[in-house]
Amino acid sequence: MLIVFFLPHLLYFSSYWSKILKMKKDNKPDNTAFTQQRLPAWQPVLSVGIVLPLFFIIGLAFIGIGIGLLITSNNIQEFEEEYTGIGDNSNCYICANNATANCKCTLNFTIAQPIQGSVFMYYGLTNYYQNHQKYLSSRDDQQLAGETYYLKNPSQSCKPYQMDINNNPIAPCGSIANSFFNDAFALYYNNQGFLDEVKLDGSAIAWWTDHNVKFSNPSQTGSNLSQIFEGTVKPINWSKPVYNLDVNNPDNNGFINEDFLVWMRTAALPDFRKLYRRISGNYSSFMPSGNYTLEITYNYPVKDLPGKKKVIFSTVSWMGGKNQFLGIAYLVFGSLCFVMGFILLIVYAKYQNVEDNDD
Amino acid sequence: IWSDTRTVYVANRFPQHDHYIPQKFADNRIISSKYTVWNFIPKNLFEQFRRIANFYFLIIFLVQLMIDTPTSPVTSGLPLFFVITVTAIKQGFEDWLRHKADNEVNGAPVYVVRSGGLVQTRSKNIRVGDIVRVAKDETFPADLVLLSSDRREGTCHVTTASLDGETNLKTHSAVPETAISQSVSSLEAIVAVIECHQPEADLYRFVGRITVNHCEEEIVRPLGPENLLLRGARLKNTKEIFGVAVYTGMETKMALNYKSKSQKRSAVEKSMNTFLMIYLVILLFEAVLSTILKYAWQAEEKWDEPWYNQKTEQERNSSKILKFISDFLAFLVLYNFIIPISLYVTVEMQKFLGSFFIGWDLDLYHEESDQKAQVNTSDLNEELGQVEYVFTDKTGTLTENEMQFRECSINGVKYQEINGKLVPEGMAEDLPDAVDSNLVNNLTWAYFPTRPKSSEEDILFLKAVSLCHTVQISYDQADGLGDRQANGILHQMEYYASSPDEKALVEATKRIGVTFNGNNGETMSITSFGKLEIYKLLHILEFDANRRRMSVILQTPSGEKMLFTKGAESSILPYTKTGEIDKTRMHVDELALKGLRTLVIACRHFTPEEYIEIDRRLHEARTALQQREERLADVFSYIEKDFELLGAVGVEDKLQEKVQETIEALRMAGIKVWVLTGDKHETAVSVSLSCGHFHRTMNILELVQQKSDSECAVQLRRLDKRIKEDHVIQHGLVVDGASLSLALRQHEKLFMDVCRNCSAVLCCRMAPLQKAKVVRLLKTSPEKPITLAIGDGANDVSMIQEAHVGIGIMGKEGRQAVRNSDYAIARFKFLSKLLLVHGHFYYIRIATLVQYFFYKNVCFITPQFLYQFFCLFSQQTLYDSVYLTLYNICFTSLPILVYSLFEQLVHPHVLQNKPALYRDISKNALLSCKPFLYWTLLGFCHAFVFFFGSYLLMGEDTSLMGNGQMFGNWTFGTLVFTIMVITVTLKLALETHFWTWMNHFVTWGSIAFYFIFSLFYGGIIWPFLHTQDMYFVFVQLLSSGSAWFAIILIVITCLFPDVIKSVFYRHLQPTNTQKTQLNRNGIGISCLDSMCCFSDGEKACAPVGRMLDRMIGRCSPTRVGRSWSTSDPYYSNDRSILTLSQVEATPC
Repeated sequence: MLIVFFLPHLLYFSSYWSKILKMKKDNKPDNTAFTQQRLPAWQPVLSVGIVLPLFFIIGLAFIGIGIGLLITSNNIQEFEEEYTGIGDNSNCYICANNATANCKCTLNFTIAQPIQGSVFMYYGLTNYYQNHQKYLSSRDDQQLAGETYYLKNPSQSCKPYQMDINNNPIAPCGSIANSFFNDAFALYYNNQGFLDEVKLDGSAIAWWTDHNVKFSNPSQTGSNLSQIFEGTVKPINWSKPVYNLDVNNPDNNGFINEDFLVWMRTAALPDFRKLYRRISGNYSSFMPSGNYTLEITYNYPVKDLPGKKKVIFSTVSWMGGKNQFLGIAYLVFGSLCFVMGFILLIVYAKYQNVEDNDD
Repeated sequence: IWSDTRTVYVANRFPQHDHYIPQKFADNRIISSKYTVWNFIPKNLFEQFRRIANFYFLIIFLVQLMIDTPTSPVTSGLPLFFVITVTAIKQGFEDWLRHKADNEVNGAPVYVVRSGGLVQTRSKNIRVGDIVRVAKDETFPADLVLLSSDRREGTCHVTTASLDGETNLKTHSAVPETAISQSVSSLEAIVAVIECHQPEADLYRFVGRITVNHCEEEIVRPLGPENLLLRGARLKNTKEIFGVAVYTGMETKMALNYKSKSQKRSAVEKSMNTFLMIYLVILLFEAVLSTILKYAWQAEEKWDEPWYNQKTEQERNSSKILKFISDFLAFLVLYNFIIPISLYVTVEMQKFLGSFFIGWDLDLYHEESDQKAQVNTSDLNEELGQVEYVFTDKTGTLTENEMQFRECSINGVKYQEINGKLVPEGMAEDLPDAVDSNLVNNLTWAYFPTRPKSSEEDILFLKAVSLCHTVQISYDQADGLGDRQANGILHQMEYYASSPDEKALVEATKRIGVTFNGNNGETMSITSFGKLEIYKLLHILEFDANRRRMSVILQTPSGEKMLFTKGAESSILPYTKTGEIDKTRMHVDELALKGLRTLVIACRHFTPEEYIEIDRRLHEARTALQQREERLADVFSYIEKDFELLGAVGVEDKLQEKVQETIEALRMAGIKVWVLTGDKHETAVSVSLSCGHFHRTMNILELVQQKSDSECAVQLRRLDKRIKEDHVIQHGLVVDGASLSLALRQHEKLFMDVCRNCSAVLCCRMAPLQKAKVVRLLKTSPEKPITLAIGDGANDVSMIQEAHVGIGIMGKEGRQAVRNSDYAIARFKFLSKLLLVHGHFYYIRIATLVQYFFYKNVCFITPQFLYQFFCLFSQQTLYDSVYLTLYNICFTSLPILVYSLFEQLVHPHVLQNKPALYRDISKNALLSCKPFLYWTLLGFCHAFVFFFGSYLLMGEDTSLMGNGQMFGNWTFGTLVFTIMVITVTLKLALETHFWTWMNHFVTWGSIAFYFIFSLFYGGIIWPFLHTQDMYFVFVQLLSSGSAWFAIILIVITCLFPDVIKSVFYRHLQPTNTQKTQLNRNGIGISCLDSMCCFSDGEKACAPVGRMLDRMIGRCSPTRVGRSWSTSDPYYSNDRSILTLSQVEATPC
């Protein structure tokens, strides 16, 4: 609402202009809207009259949006199971306490309602500080981008996982890579006593740009990955070298292994989830209700952190996973707007003569 | 012999005996530059880092360099480097200009008498003792003692326009013994020694003597300011002069006057520094808290060193204390942005750019004298909006300082001047209307014969008036010569006088018939009714402020020696012996009551013996090197006594236009106006009344002519009691200089109490230093009010420098006041616009600027602090370092700068016509504790909302993307940052009341720039960066629908309470400013009401008008609130309708 408040002014003075020009003296300031601080300007006043309808409109809109968001969120089905193995009755108790490599345990759970749509499988960690400053900076993006020099000469920032004891460069270097999550899962549907494996798809779980641009394997014509990585050692905690992470898919190895990429995108908060797999195959668009068995290759120690490990199955909508907060917040704020609007209306009606008592 | 004098041997002819030790003097090089090529960098850096803020950032930068900190040193180094570089370039450029100017001045060709001839050399080569030749219209290259000019009597004319702005011609003279040496060869022959004081800055003081070897005898002559030609002054009307250099280079009076500009700091700056300290405390508190919590956390090993985050050997082995300190410093660095470096840059820029608006303002431009307002310092702009006391000079400030002779009292009879004739009072009516101008002279005196006895005294009086002065005549009329000849008037004389009174008096006697023809240094000639009379000028006893009179001693054509004196009646009447003393005293009071400036004229006849004694004493005192002034004063008082009273004159000083309105406006704005004047009591009161400073309804209290301490105290208590008894009506207080000094000596507190309760105070008979003392007294009183002093003359300089804001009037009494002022305006009436409009604007602008800056940095840093609670106090930054660096420089800097240049809460004309609005911002209202707390808390609240809003959105870290993928910590930080940039920008948008296209451009532009920049920054793998943390983070964030919804929600949530608060306050408790804003948009435009409420006349007419409107239904308030977009072209069109005087005349 632009008030052309000063326009008459400008015209008024511009007609003077020619007159002034003729007898203009040396020191006379220019008569322009700018120098005279008379630029045309919109001068809004936040009065009740404008704010009131605004409140009602915003209130209405927000309540509408809130309901929409809440419905969307409620349509998302989410299913969470912990498998840390702390309690005695937990199947993973033995694995959690015996630090044997590739210890297997299973987790049985029941899905009461069939899940419609594509389901995403996440693993979750709690009390795990991926956002610790020392941890966060312990990586070498140049090495991960496949620059050959940095492959053999990792950055200082990777310390204490820059070089191993024999002074061989570690690839990938740094604390983040070293603490790569290495539990593995296999999911079975208990189809009338018969375990049917639910196929898990590990592609496109990392950002496309991470996979294709930011991270890449060092290239060297005519040599395979293991040759390229010759002269480097695997991170201390790893059981497999980086070029051998995915035995099933040779293209999913090295620095662009998707599980690795997901891990390298460090979480903002100490309780976090990371995308593990998408359910594919027969169950890709429909998970029937019933019993499922998750077979866990238990490697990752969290007991001392003290943290928990979880798996989460969730569908997603356009707004992502299940998130009540947005819907509720919109609803609350919308109603608040409405309430304030009414209060304002009352105040306005009651004290409307205030403006009358102008000094 | 004396250490405080210097001995100059003319032409450097040193004495030839062995005991002589040559004195060392400075060379004639002027160095105004501060730096040389070699010391520029170290010296400039040193000076810049002496500023506390720069030093702080330097420390932070060094800390970042030294220890391993979470942010790279670039984040604070770059802005610091930018600020330092920009300042250094600016100062370097200025210095380069100074160097250029210096070189030009120092290299200018001058002519010096050396080795028997005139030698051309460069200005910088002049030594003390050199004889320098200066030709017409050249400036003097050093302070010279005039030796001779091309005139026989050794006089010359100069103007000192470039020194003190006075454009009148001043006569300087040489001592007779040297004046005869007009050629180079004869100058060579002079053997003379000058002894004078060591250099001092006072332009008008020079004490010295010259010893000339003349015809084998030593003649000693006094030297005073009239013998000294100052560097920078210009020779006029004289073909050439020779002078000997006594002060050279940096020791010249001009150079000594370069410096000593006191630094004034505004109240806003002081509050800003207080805020800074508070924020420093907050910063330290946050850092200490974080450090302590970090160590509390780390006490358990599982938090200190979990298996996935092992320490390096080095970290394990480093000393605990060192680690603790380095942790503390790292937190300090992490949070250091809470003190914004860009605040200083922005404030400086705002002040510098903003101050142009004063000079540009057409309303502050004086058409007749072609002078616009002048800003000498931009540091005090906002102080103009805080003034509580105005101290104003009277003559030349409230009045035009354009003197007009009006009346006189001669020997007990009062006369008026009508059409160039003196008419005895009461006879004016009888005067024929059409008087033939040819007959004027005859007619004039036709009236005198009615009292034939007195006619001789009348003529003596007129002669006294036309002889007793220091007026100069200029026959040289370089400009406008053609005009005058075209008009057929060839013998037009122009009088030049340092005091306008003198000029008015001489012109008046000329009109009446006694014409002053000129003064050649030794004689004065007048034409008395056609008869030429030559008087020999023996002595001039110059005017000074203590004696308040001046005298001349003349030899009349008949050979009699006599003295004429004129001066204030209080300094002459007590010394008169004969004449109509009582009648004259009565007349003087009558004249003063009419507001005329009065001067009393007296004479004294000397017997030859008396004169010889006087001459001897004068010569002695004048040649004295020590205590010359005191000795002169003694001699003067010895001479100036036993007067014969001749009469008195009354000179009118016209009031400047709109003085009354201006004073009234200032009063309505809550500003107390004190008039400080040197005039006498009655004159001052009558002028005070006529200019509206005193009202007729005011109860005038007087504290005058107090003789003793106790008497003064009693009177003060009596006044105090009267004020307390009678606090309904307004009081005005009149104090005179003598009583004031008594009151200030012992009863300062009591006096202040009385003054504070008076709505107007008038101090008369004030000496310049007393003026300053009064200002200082008020300034240092417990309330510490902001004072403003305004004046036009040299006598106001001390007061102008003392007050918080000093304003010079570009008047007729030279430019001294203007040079020493902070702002200079052409007329007193401009003061109201300067304070009420510009002051208001600058104050709200800078106050909001300061508050907003702190607010936005609290918003910026608090989420960082909160994040530490979620990352084990590991000093992890929430935002990327590029964002950390650019937040203050790019993303949020321009809107506030543009706001602080253009914001107007209320239309300027409304501000000017509703001075009460000024009270809304008085006492530093926008920077007091409450608003500061509000803004700071607001900042913290917003920061909490950003952070925890984003935190809750992330929840248990569910996916926010449609493809189920996860965000990382950088996305979280970017989300907070995005919300922050938008909120902070929109918060300012809410504060903005004046949306010009520029505000729109920078506000929306800043947000757009942030988005574009982030897309660009995140869209590229940056080749020189080691980490690519931000790669595609922003795009991924924007591709999430949830993030968009969250941004919208959180931004609106942040601003919502603000809107509610301001709406409620505006509706329930509107300030005057807010009411005016409503009026302007609503009632103000369509209703008669609004026109009336601008003026005083509101009470009388507004209710009627309002009732009328109510009946017609035009002005119902319910409609007002909503229909505010209509604007009345009449209102906005016609400026004149809004001026105070005219509004009263609107047909309400």
